[in-house]
Amino acid sequence: MSAPTTAAERKKAISDPDFDVSTRQLPPRGPETKPMTNVDKDWLAIVAFTVIVLGMPWWLQPLGAAYPDLMQKFAIYGIFALGFNLLFGLTGYLSFGHAAFLGIGSYAAVWSFKLFTMNIIPAVLFAMLVAAVAAVFIGFISLRRSGIYFSILTLALAQMCYNLAYSVLTPITNGETGLRVLRDDPRVLDAMTGTERTGSLIGSLFGEKMVGYPGFYLCAVLLIIAFYIALRIMRSPFGMMLRAIKSNQHRMIYTGFNPRPYMLTIFVVSGMYSGLAGALLAITDPLAGAERMQWTASGEVVLMTILGGAGTISGPILGAGIIKYFENIFSALNDSALSSAFSFLPPAPREFLVTIVSPFVGEGWHLTLGILFMVIVIFLPGGIMEGIRRIWKLVTRRGSSSSKTEVQPAE
Amino acid sequence: MSIIDKKSLTRRTLLKGSAAGATLLATPYFFTKGAYAAEYCNMPGGDTVTLGFNVPQTGPYADEGADELRAFQLAVKHLNGEGDGGMLNTFKPSNLKGNGILGKKVAYVTGDTQTKSDAARASAKRMIEKDGALMISGGSSSGVAVAVQSLCQETGVIFMAGLTHSNDTTGKDKRRYGFRHFFNAYMSGQALGPILAQEYGKDRKAYHLTADYTWGWTQEESIKNATENLGWETVAAVRTPLGAGDFSQYLTPVLNSGADVLILNHYGADMVNSLRQAVQFGMREKQVNGKDFQIVVPLYSELMAMGAGEAVKGILGTANWNWQLDNDGTRAFAKSFGEEYGQPPSQAAQTCYAQTLLYANACETAGEFTPPAVIKAMEGFEFDGLGNGQTLYRDADHQCFKPVLVVKGKENPENQFDILEVVEVVPTEKVMYDPSIFGGELGPYEVQGC
Repeated sequence: MSAPTTAAERKKAISDPDFDVSTRQLPPRGPETKPMTNVDKDWLAIVAFTVIVLGMPWWLQPLGAAYPDLMQKFAIYGIFALGFNLLFGLTGYLSFGHAAFLGIGSYAAVWSFKLFTMNIIPAVLFAMLVAAVAAVFIGFISLRRSGIYFSILTLALAQMCYNLAYSVLTPITNGETGLRVLRDDPRVLDAMTGTERTGSLIGSLFGEKMVGYPGFYLCAVLLIIAFYIALRIMRSPFGMMLRAIKSNQHRMIYTGFNPRPYMLTIFVVSGMYSGLAGALLAITDPLAGAERMQWTASGEVVLMTILGGAGTISGPILGAGIIKYFENIFSALNDSALSSAFSFLPPAPREFLVTIVSPFVGEGWHLTLGILFMVIVIFLPGGIMEGIRRIWKLVTRRGSSSSKTEVQPAE
Repeated sequence: MSIIDKKSLTRRTLLKGSAAGATLLATPYFFTKGAYAAEYCNMPGGDTVTLGFNVPQTGPYADEGADELRAFQLAVKHLNGEGDGGMLNTFKPSNLKGNGILGKKVAYVTGDTQTKSDAARASAKRMIEKDGALMISGGSSSGVAVAVQSLCQETGVIFMAGLTHSNDTTGKDKRRYGFRHFFNAYMSGQALGPILAQEYGKDRKAYHLTADYTWGWTQEESIKNATENLGWETVAAVRTPLGAGDFSQYLTPVLNSGADVLILNHYGADMVNSLRQAVQFGMREKQVNGKDFQIVVPLYSELMAMGAGEAVKGILGTANWNWQLDNDGTRAFAKSFGEEYGQPPSQAAQTCYAQTLLYANACETAGEFTPPAVIKAMEGFEFDGLGNGQTLYRDADHQCFKPVLVVKGKENPENQFDILEVVEVVPTEKVMYDPSIFGGELGPYEVQGC
């Protein structure tokens, strides 16, 4: 990325008194040694990302997705996928049990609503804390193995969490019915401060109820912050270590590094991201169900990440958006909606088209998603981000002959 | 140094710029939100009114969901004055005119609950926020019904529950904006108890297998109370996960437990699987404690009976409604449903059809779409001609009271749809109860919705 390339830079590095070869530090020492352009690019990426995320209510309008619930889902699952990608994209460790943290975060947030207050700040903090503790536990056990064994261990532990939530821990999780906020819950802090308890039971931030558009903006702002932190992690020496683990763990061990603390740290960070996403799910809709922790939910985040582009910073968010879009919009299309969409055609070809298309929408949305996924994996192994990069390359090469090809800030 | 200064300046400018941009982008929505929150949610502006039908299209209750959707589509047709009118002609007292609701044509949107609370709430939210649904109906699981009902209370949209049998729906989790036409587990217990004592005697040992969620819990409790009052003993009550598929691990201990009655608190595909497996295990030929081993399915449906086939013969249970009942409403509904889809309607279909008509009628009675007025029109409403005989929508808990059917799997069915026979129609007085026994509160009429 930003290794000292020019002779002058190399010379400067050698003459630098701080540059100690014997310390266990990688040469790039934080952002200040990076060339300006890269940092600028990061800031540009963050600003562009902010505009895109906050502008969702406008640019999603023609796609029929500009309603608060779905946009909240975009942002929340974006955070979830971002967190998953920190682990998978950087270290190559494929966790098949990340939904466990999502569920744990949700339950923790709802319990915070039940026990403490309807304010969302304690709920978010409590959820992230509980998710982090769970991640330490699960990570400590499953990180003893790598590759497929790691995946299976995380899957097994997550399924255990799911089954616990579904049946064994029913007093805590309320089983299949799902945990809900009830009118007669204690809510100690609210009772102490004398906040009125008769209102509707929705998480609030200083009086503003976190549903609808305020709920979306809350999720969006947290997504932007999460994006920024993920970017900093990727750019940091710590992120470099994680990439080293991905490329060759043995080599790293031979050079005297113990990869496990790094792995556990990123596993916990990733778990906290998932816990935050879970908390936001519970905030925008105060109900936590066990199905959130099922292995299908874990598989979904893997799909999101691979679809968008594993290892890239914005790919997983894009993937999350696409999958949620399919789940909510495509699944609701029925034959009558299709006929009205094709109403510009004469009846005979219209019916023909409806017959052809209808198996792929409505209940068949999984089919369309499956085909899209196959196409992406076969032709664009780097996900949609790779596709975008290729198109950009074509455009810039045709437009001007400059060598500036990389548009994405991530690797 | 100058380079660094320049850089940090750029960064700061960028930060400032993005913050300003964000505020600018967000501004209109805070205003518009306040603007439309003052009114009721999704009041129909044009010449159509949109209803949202949220049914399971996948999962263990998918068969029921498909039949519910058929009924909804038929109800919309009849409300718009198409087809033969079905129960619109027998429903009384009725203000329905067959020209839509309050002169507006009825349109509908559908969603898949997947028999999961999360998915059901997401699809209900989609219908409310995006499609502008004025009322949400459907659902084939009490867990989903309770979850969607509380969402509807928060957003101020009326929820007409479909097939939900848990006591909680109109008991501890009742809501001002939720209404249930279907009967509940308590009524099943009250209706079924005396028949069980009459058929199988007062000295029995029962073993419960229960679907592990709100409906299963309350049904287990209701049936346990009803049978224990008769003198039965409950040996064990085991919870099974929803959609388990294979029940053999739960059925094996039954035979060694000393129980002589197996009560299956299952529904849909779960009940089909557990009953079939119980019969395959030879339970019905067994003799325990000197008596014939018996199986009871407290909540029965035609679709389940069709799925289970031979296994249901002679098995007792209760139902909300049956297409072979002898009254005008039933005949009219079975006829128009049969002509439309080539099969008789299930009880799930009947309850959803009735709910749609009841909602439409309440709007007509109120003369407006505003939820508080519609709710008041429905509370305490007494009607007849929707297939169940004289029915009351009780105002204290939004539960319908009507006769309950005790049914039995037919020994010699005449055709593939002739599966259940009605053993007894238990009159309303016998299943009536005091609303206070389940607790809960309805909440406010006026809700700051959407």
